[in-house]
Order: sequence, then C-alpha cells, then structure tokens
Amino acid sequence: MGFLSREPRRLDPRSLNMSSFHIPTMAEMTAAGQSPEVLFWVGCAGSFDDRAKRITKAIARILDASETSFAVLGQEESCTGDPAKRAGNEFLYQMQAAQNIATLNGYGIKRIITGCPHCFNVLKNEYPELGGTYEVLHHTQFIRELIETGKLRMSDNSPFKGRRITFHDPCYLGRSNGEYLAPREVIAKLDAELLEMRRCKQNAMCCGAGGAQMFKEAESGDREVNHARTDQALETEPEVIATGCPFCNTMMTDGVKNAEQESNVVVKDIAELIAEAADLLDAPTS
Amino acid sequence: MISQLLFFLLLSTGIFFFTRRIGVIRRNIKSGQNWDGSDRAAERWATMARVALGQGKMTTRPVAGAMHILIYAGFVIINIEVLEILIDGLIGTHRVFAFLGPLYDFLIASFEWLAAGVILACIVFFVRRNGMAIARLASKDLKGWPSLDANIILVVEVLLMFAFLSMNAADAIAQSRGLEHYVAAGSFPVSSFLVPIYAGLTDAGVVAVERGMWWFHIAGVLAFLVYVPYSKHFHIILAFPNTYYSNLNPSGQMDNMAAVKKEVDLMMDPSADPFAAADPSDEPPARFGVKDATNLTWKQLLEAYTCTECGRCTSECPANHTGKLLSPRKIMMSTRDRIEEIGQQREANGGKWEPDGKSLLGDWITEEELWACTSCQACVEACPINISPMGIILDMRRSLIMEDSKSPESITSMFNNIENNGAPWAFSPGSRGDWTQEV
Repeated sequence: MGFLSREPRRLDPRSLNMSSFHIPTMAEMTAAGQSPEVLFWVGCAGSFDDRAKRITKAIARILDASETSFAVLGQEESCTGDPAKRAGNEFLYQMQAAQNIATLNGYGIKRIITGCPHCFNVLKNEYPELGGTYEVLHHTQFIRELIETGKLRMSDNSPFKGRRITFHDPCYLGRSNGEYLAPREVIAKLDAELLEMRRCKQNAMCCGAGGAQMFKEAESGDREVNHARTDQALETEPEVIATGCPFCNTMMTDGVKNAEQESNVVVKDIAELIAEAADLLDAPTS
Repeated sequence: MISQLLFFLLLSTGIFFFTRRIGVIRRNIKSGQNWDGSDRAAERWATMARVALGQGKMTTRPVAGAMHILIYAGFVIINIEVLEILIDGLIGTHRVFAFLGPLYDFLIASFEWLAAGVILACIVFFVRRNGMAIARLASKDLKGWPSLDANIILVVEVLLMFAFLSMNAADAIAQSRGLEHYVAAGSFPVSSFLVPIYAGLTDAGVVAVERGMWWFHIAGVLAFLVYVPYSKHFHIILAFPNTYYSNLNPSGQMDNMAAVKKEVDLMMDPSADPFAAADPSDEPPARFGVKDATNLTWKQLLEAYTCTECGRCTSECPANHTGKLLSPRKIMMSTRDRIEEIGQQREANGGKWEPDGKSLLGDWITEEELWACTSCQACVEACPINISPMGIILDMRRSLIMEDSKSPESITSMFNNIENNGAPWAFSPGSRGDWTQEV
C-alpha cells in the first residue's frame, strides 16, 4: 500500500460535489420497479435547516459510500407530528401519522433509518399502534452496523485520532430508547479520546429543545438550558462536542457561541465525524 | 387482664383509623379514569421486586440511598419484633418467642443493631434536611407542612427506636435481677449501653421503665400507622403497587389517544358518511386531556399518593435547574392536594361531586409550569419508584390545546406550519428534497 497514493478520501461535507451522486426518491425507485433496502427518513430539520442539512448530506454520503441501497421520500415526507403531539395537539399529530403511515405502507417500507431521534422515537414507538410497524434505526445504530459488517471502513489515519470528543446524549435516543452504546461505539472507531460529562447516559441533561421547546421562547428563568448543558460539556475540555440530533446540534452550537468557545470547540454530528474519517477507497466494491 | 383489654382496644382503634383512611385514599384514587395495568404480569412483578423490594434505583445517590436502605431494612425486619409484641399484648405473655433460644438471641441482637442503624440514618437525614443547604430539601416546594411532615417522621422514628432499645435495656436489668416474669432471653448488644441509665433504679422502677417503654413503643407504632396514610410517608406501602403498575413502555413513548384516533380514522376514510348519526353506544369522551385531578388516570392518582417528595425529579429537571417555575415534584404534590380536596368535598356533600369552580390546571398548576417542560424524561428516570410527573404535564398540555385552544403564539404558528407545510417551519413542502441536489 503506497501511502502517498492512498491518501484517504475524506468525506468532508464542506467539499461538496466531490462525489456527486443521485439520491433517488421512493417514487422514482418504484417507477423503475425497484425497492431499496432502507428508507432514509430525513426529518424536517434535516430537510430545511441549513446546519442540519450538512448532517443529512453526511448521512447520505455514508449510505452511498457503503453501497447501501436507499431512497428518500422527498416531497412525500411530512412531519411525524412529534412537536405537535408533545405540545398537546394530538389531532394534528394523528393526522400527520395517518398520512405518513399511508405513504410508508403504500411503498411497503420495512426498514427506516433516520438522523433525528425525535422522528426515531415516534416512528419506532408511536406509529405501530396506528398501523405503521417498521424496523427503525437511528443513524448511529446503522453506522455501527455498517462498520461491523465491513461495509464502511475508517481511515487508518483518522483525522480525529487522539482528539478530545465528548458526546451529548439526545433524550429521545438515550433515556427514551435506551441507546447509549451505538454512538459511543461509533466514536470509538475514530480513535479519539471519548470524554464523559458528569451528567451522561441515563442522567444526561437535555439540551433544552425537546417537547416543542425548539419552536418557542423559553419561560423566564436564570438562564437558558442549552447554555447550562454546554457548560457541562465544556467542563470536559473537549475539542469536539458530538451530537446525534439536529436539535441538540443547534442548541449546543449556540451554547458554544454563548461561551465564546467557537474557536476552540466544534459541534458536530457523529455522521459528520464518520464521513470525515471514513476511507472510501477501501470500501468494498463487490 | 385489664392490660390485655387495653391493648386490644388500642390495637383496634389504630387498625380502625388506618383502615378508614385507606378506604378514603382508595376511593380518591378510583375517582380517576380507566387505565389498564392487567398485562405483562411477570414483568410487573419483576419490576416491583427490583425497584421497590430491591431498592434498585435508590443508590444512584449513594449517601441518601445507603441511609434509606438502612431505614428500610430496619423497618421491615424490626416488624418481626412488633409481631411478638402484638402476641404478648393480646395473650398476656412476655417475650413469647423466647423458646427459640439462640435464634431468638440472634434476632433480638440484629433488631438492636438495625435500630441503632435507623437512629443513625434518621439523624443524618434530619441534619441533611435542616442543617445543610441541599437544594432539593431546602426547596420552596417543601415550605410549611411538607417540611414539618418530614421532620415529624424522622423524630418519631428515632423515638420509637429509642423506646425499643430502652425497653430491652430495662428488660436485661430485670432479667439479671431475676425479677418475676422476666425470663432470661435475648441478646442486647446495643441496649447494653443504655443499662447504666436505668441500673440505679429500684426493681419497681426498672419494671416501670420496661413496661412504660413497651407501651410507648407499641402505642407509637399504632399512632404512626394512622399517621402514615395522611403523610408523604405512605410511600412505604404504595411504592409496591406503584412500581407494580410501572410504565413498561419506553419512557419517551406517549400514548395515542383512542378517542382522537376514532375521529382521525373517520376523516381519513373516504367512504365515511359525514352526516351519519353518531353511534349512540360510543359516547364522546368527557374531555380531551387533563384539566382537573379526576381527569387523570387512577394510576396517575396512585402516583400522587405514592410520591414521598424526595425531589430527585426536580433536581434533575433542566427547566428547574435553570430557574424556571416548573418543579416536577410540585406537580405531584399539587395533584395529591387537589384530589384530597375533591375527596373531602365529595364526602361533605354526601358522596356527590359538586364542581367548586376550581381545577388542578389553573388553580394549582400554571400554564407557565407546563410550557417549561422539555419532555426529556429526566424526572421519570430520577424517580426511585417510577413516578412520571412528565405524564401529567403532557396530559395537561392536551387540555390546554384541545379544549381551551390556549398556547403560546409561537406554538400556534408551529401547528399552522405543520398543517400547511408538513413541517414545523414555514418552508414550502416542495423544497423538502432540495438538499439532494447539493450532495
């Protein structure tokens, strides 16, 4: 292996168009008589929010690089109804659910991956009773699977080797669904130094966005929840605050800015870290 | 014979008032809505064994957890001694289990060590509550009666244990002097330290101390029995059914309201006749969501009576942590206060409920508290006996939105966006796939 000629091709989301590829919608695939292995449920933040779109693209690149057969719903995707439900609007939530379940069942979807823990929780736990039963994976779970099955390989020279990374557990991945390991196991593949906050896993503190808080001003208090949580993350003296949720990402990014630490600490989704660290040239081509 | 009669009267009075109070609480809890906990029995027993019997969630806070387990073990095991006291009291024997010989010595010795442990733990708890600035114990939630309640419990427990040890000390003296009735039985590793206090007394004085402490102890136990169901301390019993009926679903899973599902199904069904007469058999629900305590399920009311106000929920709550008004513990305390009030008014009114123009949401719990919740489930996770303050908060939001159409303006626009654009923000649904052109 000539190291010079095998400089790992990094999936840096900033270097767009490096490996341009087409992302099919379910409608296109169905028209072509095909069906993908997995549906990538993008979520509203991942579709519309500029920062979250970078995470979405990183996930898409990982799916592409691992030769996962996938599609998105595109315009047929609609809000799961999570913020409406948690704000008390069960009608709106169930209308959204009925519409999405009709779409998903219409395409015969079996397996879904999503980058949003809120979508993940609703799709996994709340849709089955309404007639939508799927195998639902959070992107960190799917990435772990890709690494374990050898479909995605990390570069031998991980750009994060020895870097100090702390992981902020999203409430709807962690406490809600007991998934504390997948994100940590994926981070471990980066050869980084994983730092735990004093409140982590079951006892992790919320970023402040859940329960529809993202869409309203906070009630009056001493300070913002995300600033308090970011302080806990900064106590570990990290170089990277890793997240697994687009809303946590926004909140922690704002927290880092508030603490005037943006020149020392970056907030990145695990998908972005992996996309940067994966060595695509070594991905199996069979 | 007279003392047996007196004992019988005392015991029956205690049991009478205890049972009557249990009946009231039972009725109050049953005034809640249906909730089905008849499924997954094996898993429910296992949860109860782990969380209540095994104190599985207590030691996440090591000091409070260890001290609690000491008191818990003391309470459960020393009750074997109460059984002996009951038999002695009713049939006029003295230390009826003495025939167990060495086993009896071992039992009495272990009760004594546990009694010492309980006294130690209660003193530590008392100091933590009153002498240290521990946020969750010094909180304004506990101002007044809740704080007094907690201190009464600790003081009474210390007094009962002290009476138990003094009784043994006097008994040991009586045994050594060979006094009538005082068979040589028991081993007194802790109370022997109290012997010098009573050693100077005459024989009659020693017997008076022994009898006096015996009566004080059992009368205190019975008074405590009556007190407990009026107090936060009732968790010593309700923790068991409450953990049996734990939510076994993922903590972030909210129920899908069946009444809403029916209407949505109808709306989505193209063959449904919108003008069809309503099926008279299915009545519409009284209301959507929770406004007053009786709109809660019986399980949520059970949780309110089970809460012992430890405040672990509140100390983990991100909203409370950042100075917001919301305190999950206060949600549970308010719920209990309100259902108690409803129960009392109903009783005063011959069992019939006349609306009093007040409600849990509005008069006890404010909208500001409800909207501060991030639904992060930290309170649910923190509760040592699986209570969910979050469940009540979210059910109340349902009432605010679906009954009263009351929401912060930004929440209303979020609803409108979802309804019109399929996303909580005002983006055109047509641009949902735009990112795919950028990879």
